[in-house]
This record gives sequence, structure tokens and C-alpha cells, in this order.
Amino acid sequence: MLQIKPILAALKRHKAGTILIAMQIALTLAIVCNAIFIIHQRLDRVQRPTGMVESDLMTIQNRFVGTEESKAGPLVKADLQALRQLPGVQDAVALNSYPLRGGGWSTGVRTDPDAKNSKGHTTQYFGDEHTLPTLAVKLIAGRNFRADEIVEADPQAIPDPAVIIVSKALAEKMYPEGSALGKTIYIGDSKSPSTIVGIVERLQVPWNGTWSDTFYENSLIQPVQLTSAFTNYVIRTKPGQLADVLKAAPAALVKANRMRVIPSERGVRTFAQVREAAYKGDRGMAILMGVVCLVLLGITAAGIVGLTSFWVGQRRKQIGVRRALGATKHDILSYFLTENLLIGIAGVLIGAFLAVGMNLWLVTQFEMARLSAVYVVVGVIALLLLGQGATLAPAMRASRVSPVEATRSV
Amino acid sequence: MLGYYFDLALRSLRRNKMLTALMVVAIALGIGASMTTLTVLHVLSGDPLPGTSSTLFYPQVDPRDMDGYEEGKRPPEQVSWVDGMNLLRAKRADRQALMTGGAVPVQPAQSNIDPFFSDARYTSSDFFPMFKVPFLYGRPWSESEDGAKARVVVISRTLNEKLFGGKDSVGQTLRMKDTAFQVVGVIDLWRPSPRFYDLNMDSYGSLEDVFVPLSTARDVHFEHSGSTDCWGTGGGDEEHAETSPCVWLQFWVQINDSGKVAAYRDYLVHYSQEQKALGRFQRPPNAQLPGLMEWLDINKVVPGDVRLQTWLALGFLLVCLVNTVGLMLAKFLRRAGELGVRRALGASKREVFAQLLVESGVIGLAGGFFGLLLAFVGLWLVRKQPSSYAALAHMSSGMLLVTFLLAVGATLLAGLLPAWRACQITPALQLKSQ
Repeated sequence: MLQIKPILAALKRHKAGTILIAMQIALTLAIVCNAIFIIHQRLDRVQRPTGMVESDLMTIQNRFVGTEESKAGPLVKADLQALRQLPGVQDAVALNSYPLRGGGWSTGVRTDPDAKNSKGHTTQYFGDEHTLPTLAVKLIAGRNFRADEIVEADPQAIPDPAVIIVSKALAEKMYPEGSALGKTIYIGDSKSPSTIVGIVERLQVPWNGTWSDTFYENSLIQPVQLTSAFTNYVIRTKPGQLADVLKAAPAALVKANRMRVIPSERGVRTFAQVREAAYKGDRGMAILMGVVCLVLLGITAAGIVGLTSFWVGQRRKQIGVRRALGATKHDILSYFLTENLLIGIAGVLIGAFLAVGMNLWLVTQFEMARLSAVYVVVGVIALLLLGQGATLAPAMRASRVSPVEATRSV
Repeated sequence: MLGYYFDLALRSLRRNKMLTALMVVAIALGIGASMTTLTVLHVLSGDPLPGTSSTLFYPQVDPRDMDGYEEGKRPPEQVSWVDGMNLLRAKRADRQALMTGGAVPVQPAQSNIDPFFSDARYTSSDFFPMFKVPFLYGRPWSESEDGAKARVVVISRTLNEKLFGGKDSVGQTLRMKDTAFQVVGVIDLWRPSPRFYDLNMDSYGSLEDVFVPLSTARDVHFEHSGSTDCWGTGGGDEEHAETSPCVWLQFWVQINDSGKVAAYRDYLVHYSQEQKALGRFQRPPNAQLPGLMEWLDINKVVPGDVRLQTWLALGFLLVCLVNTVGLMLAKFLRRAGELGVRRALGASKREVFAQLLVESGVIGLAGGFFGLLLAFVGLWLVRKQPSSYAALAHMSSGMLLVTFLLAVGATLLAGLLPAWRACQITPALQLKSQ
């Protein structure tokens, strides 16, 4: 059935063409494997949940002017009151930062105040008892802050909090052996303990770069209302009223006090916009890689079609002779498919090594993980199928060559 | 003769339109993708100050305590107030400037403009002549104004247009954070990219709008932004930034005579030893003096994604070329009969070779032309992106030439093997088989 020997003999007469197709398949495999791997990594990142309910959520970036940098406490309080009273607003909170914002605070935390090195790294969110309801993060153990636990503080001199709420990831990092609820941790270089009173299921850090991957769900919330002139208001609207509040909230703030700057760009955003802005680069890279992969596969397929067509045209006479000597249409078809399969196998073997080599090089140059073998296997199968598919049309044409060709010259 | 070959090439290409189109499209896509990414890479990794950059250096010393000390690690990326001031006052280089970034509330005199925040740079007087900053009106402030904490400000052309309608505003008053500043100069359009002098900021962002003396900025408590790295008991507290063990300033020097660079490095080592003897420094002296371009390199200023895209595009071009070589080889060998006749009628191998190269050159030209169009489309798409470097992505005449040479060169190279194989044909054998 498989006429491997005569095929190899024929390929020997087309060395250059054979090598070129194999090379093209190898390079395509190497590039496509790595590109799809990168796409997958980026998409994984884009789909990471923040832990919040992201619909009906919006943010306003506010900066008071004409007040001293850290004496804006009463102004922030008045703003929050105004926002919470707006029709359409469910709850609102003033935070130093929020997930995917891009800038925020981070610190080391330890379970032993005398330890030289911190046990974990975390972001710090500062907010009052409205933080959990506004962000709608899921409390899985313990309780929310009580109103009497909230302190006002200058960002330059934040007192060590007696109680804190942490994310599950941070809780497990600090107390891997079991429930962290009720236990204490020490923030930064502090010598006074903070008791964990609540654990939320998930709360992402403000950053989304690869450098923050090691602690991207380690968060702690401190019951502190900062008095700085720069704040981010996060507002949860009643269902379906986001569009109205998007206009009403900044207008209400400006009406209450004109001495403030809300940037025209990025100043007022729905959380969907925040998310889109945060991942624009990753999304763009994934789309670009995807397009390049498709075009690359298309060109490789077209190249195989072109070259096989030439070979078919070149061998019409031989095909005619074979048909005249009793070979069936199916024999001719399988001859060309087998030929392509042999070249393809050689190509993907080299390509698999190239793909791994390319990935190893990329790992040294860029922040990237090691390529998993699954991608290579899938890529190998895909390229072999692509080769067979591309050969099919010219091979069908070859199989239709009539035995009479043998008697004609050219 | 070339004209005749050209005619032959066109006929041959017309005979098999699909194949010709496939080759041209493959080359155009490869060239288009490569040139788009190469142009972006070229723009981003360029010299921000051509002609001057080789005389600019970024001195680094290591003032940290022994915590986390590892031999061979680079010193911190910025300097502390004490070291910055010491090095500034020592004036061991031709020019030197100490600086940091910030944001200031601008309170326009006009009632129709709401107060707003502007990005600012707090620096010392040498900043302007050292970085060859062009002035539209006025002048930089002087060294004595640095010392006197004078309320003077240099503004950007953009801000001048916004506040003063683009007129010569020298001598006018600008209120910032409830303090009156006198405008002494307006900077003309200037956008060094990358914005090398402070890599904490967006490296490809636009110029700051406000420049005030560093001493003044500290005096009126302007807010500092950028990174602050502290050690020991340092808390990054704004009010005590002069004395706390934190690095938060950038220090640049200009050394015109390349022979004096080593002397300056020695001076930094000597300074570190002296500070260690005084008990301020604890680590063994670790002084570095990278040049401007070296400093950009060390900090990997060009975004990783841009470099990754360039490699991807070049790989893509390579596959497109291999594809073209394969197709051209098949095509040329298919015409063995025709070529055999030409050889038999007296054409030398060289002439057949030249004819085939002209044919591949024509494909290269067409591919290059369409590739160039694609590159323009690609750059237009890049400019639509939200990244700060997007606006910089423009084709220069140099890159235009490179595109064309790359396209034609690559296709000629791709044509070499097929043409050589094809002209090896023995005419007699071909004629016989007919």
C-alpha cells in the first residue's frame, strides 16, 4: 500500500524542493507553536478575575486643589456623603487604589515581628467599612470592618491597624497550615500586630504586569480613611443605572466643591473601561500573534499547493504510464499524499526541535514561561493535517490524469 | 539586453498569474510586517540626543547599609539628596544637574480655565544647556537663582499656548500651589525619545510642562513623584526627604573630554571611600558611570513586546522567503525545456542566470512596493494604539530606503538558488526529451 521506496527515490531527484518545503514546515511549526503559546498566556492573564462584581461599577479619580496635601479628610467625607445620597448609587468608597488601576501601594508582611525577611508581599488598600459592599468581593470567613474601627489618617503617618481583612491568597501564604482568621500579621517593619478579622475569596492587586505575577492576589484592606487630596472614588450603582450615574456623579462632586481636578481622560471610567485599558497591550499582542499565525499557515499551505502542483504537472507522463500499467486513481492519490506526509514528518521533527530551541531563547530574552509539550504536539498534528489538506487538490488532479497521457509526448 | 530580460520576465510572470500573485503577496506581507516592527524598534531604540549623548553620563554610588548586600550587584538607580547635592556642588564634570519629577497644581489667572495639574521637573540650572534644550523665548534660570530658591519657572511651548496664547510670556506671573512664579523662559518643541533623564516616568511620554529649580520646589513643598527607595529606617516621608536614607533623585553629568571619564569614575570611588570613612556609607565602594546609551540599555527601555514583535516579523519574513525560493525553484525548473532551447541557441550560462535573476528581481520590486504600502498601513495601525510611543511611529526616509533594499535584496537572494539550479541544465538532455 505505502510505496515508500519509490517515493524516496523520486524525492532524491527533487532534493532542493523537498528540503525547502520541509524547512518551511519546520519554521512555521516553530513560530506558530511559540506564538500560540504566547497568545494563550496573554489570554489567561486577560481572563484573570479581580474578585469583584465588575458590572455596575465605576471609578472617579479626584484631586483637590487649594488644600494642603494631607488635610483633605473633611472634603473626602463630604464627597462620599454626596455620592452615597445620589439616586442610582448603591454604595461608594474612597480608596487609594483598586484592582487593575495600574498604580498602588505594596509592602512586605511577616508573621514574626523579629524576622529579618518578610514572609509575603502584598498590596495595601485603605478604605472604610463600605469597601467590601462597594467592591462586592465575597467574604468567605470572619466579618467586615465596623464603623467604629475606621480611623482617619495622613498617608505619611498611617497608624498600624488593629484589625485587617486579607485575601484568601495572602491568608494561605501567611498561614499555610490552616485558618488565618483571628491570627496576627505585621505590616512592613511594624512591631505591632494586626489581627485578621475577615478573609475575602479573591481581590486582585492594582498591577497587571508580569512582575506582579508572584503576588497578584495578595491583598490586604486596612480600616483607614486617608486624608490625602488625591483619591479614587469607586461607586457601585443600582442595577442598570450605570449610564446615569456616570454623568450625575462627577456633576454632583463639582457642584459640591469646584476646587478639584477630575482629569478629562481616565478621570471618570466604568470598570469595563478600566479593564479594557489595563489589558489593551496584552489583547493587542494576542490579536497580532493570531493574525501572524493564520497568515503564516496560509502561506505555507499555498506554498505546498504550488510546489505539489508543479510536481504533478512535471510527472503527468509518468502518472499516465503508471495508470496504464494498472495503478488505480486511489494509488496515485495516496502516492502524493504519502510523499507529502514524508516531507511533513521530516519538517515537523526539525520544527519541534526549533520550537523548543526558540522558546528557550525567548525565555532568556523576555519574561516568559517554558513551552509545554502539548503545544508542540498539537502544532505537529496541525501542520501534518495542513500539509495533507494542501496536497489533496493537486493530488486529486493527478489521480484524474488519464492513462492515455502515457502515449502522448508532453 | 536588460530590457529584453525584463520583457521576458513579465511574460513569464503573466503566464502563471496565481503563482506570481502568491509570491508577491508572500513577500509583501513579510516585508510589510518586518518594516512596521523594525521602524517602531528603530524609533524606540534611537539616540535621544544625537551628537551630545556620548558626552552624557549617569553617576551611581551605593549609599545603602549592609542589609541584602550582594557583591557585584549594581548600585541603586537614583541618588539620595545628600549625595546628589555633594556631587552637584563638587562640580567635577563640565556640567551637572540634579533632578526629580513631580506634579504641580497650576492656578491660571483666567477665570475660564479650571485649575489643573501639570507634570513638572525640579532640577538645577545646568539641565538646559547640558541637554541642549531649545528655547522659544527667554532663557534658563541661573545658578544663583538655584541657590536663592528663586520663584522662577520655565514652561513648555504647550503650556505657554494654553495659558498665554503662545505670546512671549517672559516676565509674566504663573501661580502654582498658591505661590507666584515668574516665567523666565519658554521651551520650544523638544521631545527626546526615550525620555532618558528619568526612566521612572513614561519613557516615551511628552515633555513636562513646568520646570522649576529643585531648591525652590523643596522650599514650597511641591509634591515629588517617581520612585523612592529607602533602606534601614527610611520611610519615604516627603517632609524629611533631604535627610532620610532614600534615593529619589537623578543626577547627570556632561564630560566633554573622553579622557576625563576615567578620572570622574575615580572621583566617585574616592567619594564613596570618603563617605564610608565618615560612616555614612557601609558597603564597599561601588561606583558606576554608564554613558547615556549604555544606561538605556541596562534599563531595557525598549518595551519587551516591541522586541518580541520584531523577532516575530523577521521570522515571518524568513518563512515567506523560503516559500518564495521553493516556488521559484519549481517554476524555473519547469521551464527547463525553454531554457534548454535558449542555451542551445547560444545563450551562455551567465545570460540565462541574469535573465532568471531579473525575473526574481521583478517579483522583489513588486513585493517591496506592496510591502511598503502595507508598512504604512501597519504604522498607521500602531499609531492608533494607546501606548505612549504610538505617536512616534513614523516612517523615515532612511527606513524607506531600507525597506526597498530589504525587499529587492531578499528576493534576489531568494532567486539565486533557483536561478543557479536552472542554468545548470544541460541543453542536449532537455532537447532530447522533447
